[in-house]
Amino acid sequence: MKIFFSILLTAILTQNFVLAKFLGICPFLGVSKKTKTATGMSLAVIFVMVLSTAVTYPINTLLVNNDLEYLQTIVFILVIAALVQLVEIVLKKYMPPLYNSLGIYLPLITTNCAVLGVVLLNIDNGYGFAESMVNSLGAGIGFLVAMVMFAGVRERMESSDVPESLKGLPITLVAASLVSMSFLGFAGLVENLFA
Amino acid sequence: MSPIVLAVIIVAAIGIIAGLGLAVASIVMAVPVDETAEKIRECLPGANCGACGFSGCDGYAAALSKGETTETNLCSPGGSEVSAQIAEITGLTAGSIEPKAAIVLCQGSCGNCDTKLEYEGVHSCSMAQQLFGGPKKCQYGCIGFGDCINVCPYDAIKICDGVARIDPTMCRACGICIKACPKHLIELLPVHQRKAAVLCKNGDKGAMTRKECKTGCIGCMKCAKTCEFGAVTVEGNKAHVDYDKCTGCGKCTEVCPVKCITLINLGE
Repeated sequence: MKIFFSILLTAILTQNFVLAKFLGICPFLGVSKKTKTATGMSLAVIFVMVLSTAVTYPINTLLVNNDLEYLQTIVFILVIAALVQLVEIVLKKYMPPLYNSLGIYLPLITTNCAVLGVVLLNIDNGYGFAESMVNSLGAGIGFLVAMVMFAGVRERMESSDVPESLKGLPITLVAASLVSMSFLGFAGLVENLFA
Repeated sequence: MSPIVLAVIIVAAIGIIAGLGLAVASIVMAVPVDETAEKIRECLPGANCGACGFSGCDGYAAALSKGETTETNLCSPGGSEVSAQIAEITGLTAGSIEPKAAIVLCQGSCGNCDTKLEYEGVHSCSMAQQLFGGPKKCQYGCIGFGDCINVCPYDAIKICDGVARIDPTMCRACGICIKACPKHLIELLPVHQRKAAVLCKNGDKGAMTRKECKTGCIGCMKCAKTCEFGAVTVEGNKAHVDYDKCTGCGKCTEVCPVKCITLINLGE
């Protein structure tokens, strides 16, 4: 049980996918203007991350059994893309309100490197099925935390007096690096917590 | 079997399975598309301003096609033209839309109205409003921080000399700015018609108003007495014009001592 909490907290805080591993920066900068859209995007990411881990784990076992590990990346991209499409179709049919609120973000996730990253890192770390699931859930929650936090920062920035030369993307990148630095404060937290 | 052939087979198999799965899913779980709604949606301007009272253009199109509303004239940005197009698709009778444009009823520009405090804070009318009713001496006037500009979907509003001004040729009368203005200074006026409008909402007594703004309405009643059609009324120390009754004769503008009532012909 302890190991699961350790994996979960590591994925959320110390090894945050966005702020420590710098994966999924595109939506982090692109969809973080408003807290509401940031939350919608993150929930979609959590959903797809967990689902794609569940699907790619058996496929990976198949690849490993045939000594074809080098196919991981391309096969996973294929599977994730198909999965996102399927999720989109299912949501459209059975949960129109959720589909409307996630709308454009779902297709965006197809090419989100954080999703591919979590799947590949699960394998690199030698996690079993349950550990992989916990890790991808944690990575998704970490993504949500980073997105919502940064959306809050950006909403504050909207109403602040930014120097002319830094307006727009420059100040956003500066703010992103500051937020990322703040997450360094969690270094060593999990190891000591479960030591 | 050589590993390369096996690799090709595995990738191809996964691809085919995924492709077939998606193809089956898209047929099995196809969502029937409402064709009438689609057609109506194409006629609508697509600004999703919400002037119709529904959740954007899609909402209005869906409501029309499902028969939740029979009024074709709710889209004021689209005007009578869109109303006629909708009527053609749905078979309803077309309602007409009187073309209107929004106007800011304030003349408290930098020269006319002084400031009572130096405001340093969030550049937003609704925030400044909470601090003694804004930085200007007149607590009824336009603050000029542009909350209306931020919400305008048609980019029709600009700040000129400290007061918001709306370009009537760009304004589509969606009414979003009316809700956004914390001072309730914006009204809809018919376009291409000469109307008198009181460009002031100051409700203070005349002597107070004089101190606050050079062109503030002092509630002297001269306009109300002059008007032959009973269009001008003075209530709460400020005049107001009933645009339905006003004929645009301009007599009230001649007698106004502070020149806050003016003849306006939007769109000219």
